Amino acid sequence: MPKETGWRISLIAAFVVLSFLYLTPTLASKLPSWWGTFLPKDKIHLGLDLQGGTHLVMEVDTQKAIEGSLDLVATDLEDTLNSKSLRFKRITRSGSDKVTVVVYEKGTADTVLKLIKDKYPAYEQSPTFDEGGFVAMTLRVNEKDAQDRKDKAVQQALETIRNRIDQFGVSEPTIQREGINHIVVQLPGIKDPQRAIDLIGRTARLDFKMVREDISPTSGTIPDDAELLKEKTVDPTTGAVSEIPIVVQKKPMITGDLLTDAQVRIDSQFNQPYVAIEFNSLGAKLFDQVTAANVGKRFAIVLDNNIHSAPVIRERISGGSAQISGSFTEKTASDLAIVLRAGALPAPVKIIQNVTVGPSLGQDSINKGLYAGLIGVLLVVIFMAVYYKLSGLIADFGMILNILYLMGALSALGATLTLPGIAAIVLLVGMSVDSNVIIFERIREELKLGKSPKSALDAGYDKAFLTIMDSHITTLITAAVLFQFGTGPVKGFAVSLSLGVIINLFTSLIGTKVAFDLLLHNGKVKKMSI
Amino acid sequence: MELLGKTRIDFIGMRNISFIISAIISIIGIIGVIQVGRGAANMGIDFSGGTAMQLKFSKPISIADARVALHKNGIAKADLQEIKDGNKLLVKMAGAAVGKPSEMVQTAFKKEFADNAFTVESSTEIGPSIGDKLRKDTLVASVLAMLGIILYIAWRFDFKFGVGATLATMHDCLAMFAVFYLMNKEINLLFITAVLTIAGYSLTDTVVVFDRIRENLHKNLKGAMNTIFNDSINEVLSRTIVTSLTVFLAAASLFLFGGEVIHDFSLALLIGVLVGTYSSVFVASPIVAILENRALVNKPKVA
Repeated sequence: MPKETGWRISLIAAFVVLSFLYLTPTLASKLPSWWGTFLPKDKIHLGLDLQGGTHLVMEVDTQKAIEGSLDLVATDLEDTLNSKSLRFKRITRSGSDKVTVVVYEKGTADTVLKLIKDKYPAYEQSPTFDEGGFVAMTLRVNEKDAQDRKDKAVQQALETIRNRIDQFGVSEPTIQREGINHIVVQLPGIKDPQRAIDLIGRTARLDFKMVREDISPTSGTIPDDAELLKEKTVDPTTGAVSEIPIVVQKKPMITGDLLTDAQVRIDSQFNQPYVAIEFNSLGAKLFDQVTAANVGKRFAIVLDNNIHSAPVIRERISGGSAQISGSFTEKTASDLAIVLRAGALPAPVKIIQNVTVGPSLGQDSINKGLYAGLIGVLLVVIFMAVYYKLSGLIADFGMILNILYLMGALSALGATLTLPGIAAIVLLVGMSVDSNVIIFERIREELKLGKSPKSALDAGYDKAFLTIMDSHITTLITAAVLFQFGTGPVKGFAVSLSLGVIINLFTSLIGTKVAFDLLLHNGKVKKMSI
Repeated sequence: MELLGKTRIDFIGMRNISFIISAIISIIGIIGVIQVGRGAANMGIDFSGGTAMQLKFSKPISIADARVALHKNGIAKADLQEIKDGNKLLVKMAGAAVGKPSEMVQTAFKKEFADNAFTVESSTEIGPSIGDKLRKDTLVASVLAMLGIILYIAWRFDFKFGVGATLATMHDCLAMFAVFYLMNKEINLLFITAVLTIAGYSLTDTVVVFDRIRENLHKNLKGAMNTIFNDSINEVLSRTIVTSLTVFLAAASLFLFGGEVIHDFSLALLIGVLVGTYSSVFVASPIVAILENRALVNKPKVA
């Protein structure tokens, strides 16, 4: 064996063994239990385009989170002023970043001003000003606090969505934050994407509000402290949707964040599913008080600003459990229970991207990708063998090594294989023999000049080296940029391409060279098969 | 085996014809790029925002019927495309909001083709804000990739070769746009990926040719410039063709057997490989030859 060949062969062999080791978890359907303890467990994941599934990008309406917290401040201030018997005209959120307090006289205003300063030091306070003969002042959220709150809202939305998905039961979901207010959710292999989307995207804000029977829904003028909501009912036989407008008190008596549990139960009498909810101790106390004080009146169960139902309070309910019944199917009841358990989203989310691939198309793509790959490999292998004879076969050997190493590397990195990723591998089959073509053509030239096979070989590899480097680096530059900016399938393409190009440098410069060196080392070969 | 024996083709002499051809291609390409920039070309919904669905019906369905069915149910603007293999229909609606359109299409088809059941094989809905972001990101990516390549060429070659290689690379990208624009094929993220891949790849051929020209320029300082260029191109012609051929074979198998998802993507790659080979011989080299000749003429004047 020639000098310096030994370590190269060992290196090639070591990489082959490593590649197979890393590929085992991908290829084997079931691994022995001892495998994972000291051998690699990562495998090549299939992208959503190959295994089917749903990719969602959601935008959290963070502005709404700020408005929500300002509404809370307004309610809280109302309670505080009431408890201190300070008379005020109104306290409301105005615009997207302010709460306006309007009182009757200057004296109260000064007290309120001081109170606000103590209670909400983080807010920017305006001096008092005149508003139609009354004294008004505003509290404004400062920029930094607003950013913090927005950030928290996204974080909290992420947690809530994660919770919901976990309870819904999806294997290997990916839930990530992206950018400032985007959340990316990937649900591989999901059967009923629309149901999952509805479940994830629902704000699920639950409020119990008193019905204002004193105001007619058709009156047109609704006071500041009330609002007009709609109750939607679906006729079970005709499927027709009817909407009944109902005026309710704007301020909720009890909110959904006081829930501890929600479960689906079946009504034994009508065999109808309903959702049983359980309040925490504060919620239970409030519920007890409210129901005791309002027997005979109606209250509305409001879900995301739609009235779910508006039953009459028949008797005082203590103990902290209640039920939400209505025209549920088993699925809708269980989905409602999930969102109530997982909690409401701090702000509404909007789905801005939804890519869903059915499992049959995924399988079809895998089959076609592999088939195209196989034919591509065969065409190139045959062409090289015919055109360059034995040397062509050596280049083919280098190409096979290249594919093997690439698959090993993809699996070691736990990379995701997409259809464009498969395309990149097929493309690499063509590109990986190119380096050898450049070398072989050079060798042919050197042979024509009358050099011996050995020196023609060395000259060929030497002179072609720079050219090969150039072509690899330019491809790498674009692959790197694609990786940085691409998403999903394109990223998969960039990963396969860049890894393949780097590996190709090794296989074409070292892998095939070793084969030639072994062939030519004793100098007896008079004619090169090229 | 050899595809070509020794050739003696006067490539540089053909530059008048090749430049005219390339100029026409490039102008169409530029028009295509401008149309893409204005959003007037056939944009994929990943850039324009909208909804795309692939439906598989149990029985054959005609595009005309499908269009009537959608029209009846309030969907006036939809691009329909038939995939022959397996009763598949592509429905594309640009610029619509997420959620609603896909439901409307399904309801419409369920109602109008009650006896022809279908499944939704894939659906993609992209909101306008994502489309905007993607367009910007893609623009930045393309500029960065081109800049990276140009910087590399500038570092590896001297100015004249750099100009030739850069123009040839741009020519290849424009040619891909030109063909897609003329064929009214969809410009989507995968197409841009193909263009950037070819931008990286097409340099391979150019570099092979340039390396040889440079080698021969150093060896032979006295010969006529055009002869040196022609000899160099002829010397490396077979490897230019063979390297392209192997990639062409791989891309062709993707095009023919890879399925509808990457059909246009592989078409773009095929075009790119062909044009990339043409441009290293007929665009890059003649440009450098002209620049070198001009430098040669100017030199005595300066001295």
